[in-house]
Amino acid sequence: MFVLIVGAGRVGSAVAKAALTAGHEVSVLDEDPLSHERLDVGGEGTWEDRGGLFTVGTALEIDALLEAGIERADTFVAATDGDNTNIVIAQIAQRRFEVERVISRVMDPARAAWYSEQGLETISPTQHAIDMFRQALDLPELK
Amino acid sequence: MYVLIVGGGKVGWNLARELIDKGEEVTLIESDRRRYLVIEQELEHAVQYGDATELWVLERAGIQRADLVIAVTGDDEDNMLVCQVAKEKYLVERIIARVNNPRNLQHFKLLGIQPAVSATDLILRLIEHEVPRYGLVHLLALEEERLEIIELEVGSDAPAAGQTVAEVDLPEGALIISVLRNGGGFVPKADTVIEAGDEVLLVLDPGLEERVTPQFTTRG
Repeated sequence: MFVLIVGAGRVGSAVAKAALTAGHEVSVLDEDPLSHERLDVGGEGTWEDRGGLFTVGTALEIDALLEAGIERADTFVAATDGDNTNIVIAQIAQRRFEVERVISRVMDPARAAWYSEQGLETISPTQHAIDMFRQALDLPELK
Repeated sequence: MYVLIVGGGKVGWNLARELIDKGEEVTLIESDRRRYLVIEQELEHAVQYGDATELWVLERAGIQRADLVIAVTGDDEDNMLVCQVAKEKYLVERIIARVNNPRNLQHFKLLGIQPAVSATDLILRLIEHEVPRYGLVHLLALEEERLEIIELEVGSDAPAAGQTVAEVDLPEGALIISVLRNGGGFVPKADTVIEAGDEVLLVLDPGLEERVTPQFTTRG
């Protein structure tokens, strides 16, 4: 499987490394060249030595997405630090490049819920934190 | 008509003012607290503080009954998503979005956000023929508004080359509105660095050219 991950922060880089370990082909796109270091850490040799791909660029630039291999991606992960960026690029991946599986991180629980109703697979770390606190403190679910 | 405007920059604030003058009901949403407080002095209850990409902020502003939503922030993703949510979740009949980076216009179209208005595009269309390679070009003189739009090419050791937009020494009444670089144009921010070879578009009060030009031309 070819996995394209946009955003090499803590989440994006960890998911990228896990995907590579699992034997997938992994390409990472980030606007910050230094974010590459996060991918190198914790393995033998560099990210590229291990077979990973890395592209510097902004996800709203179609050229950067093409360079990162979006046309042959089976899975697209939007994990930049901006909700709005993630929601927009996920829809570009879905509608324009017809990537089979598109998952995006959306911090804002309200929009994560609404966009997932619209057919966009979302993960909301904020919602997970709320749920876990709630369970730890034995509190009822908010309606 | 109830109009919701998102983004209290120059465009949003002036739109709000004009529409209120025409007797429309308007709410302006501004996410910067300081900017909000400034606008609130003039518009009072017609401006609200908050991040309009959050649904509850839109709902508090009454998006359910809005006839028109206009998104004119300086951030294209924000403008896209505010309009998408307005149209698809709250079923607002008419939306208008501002495009800051003309290269993002394709994304607005992909998400069905129309009309999407790009100032750079509008201006580019005006200049796409017969622009001399350098020197000052008068693109547009808005007689009634007493404004001019000019274009200048930045010389190799011009004072402005290497400076950020905020640093360029411009008189009051002069504003850099667009930078054309490598065949593309964009609306610069205060921290955008002007480079030699750029073509910059400025809007000016009449008669300021002579004071503005030296900042962008080669010294000597």
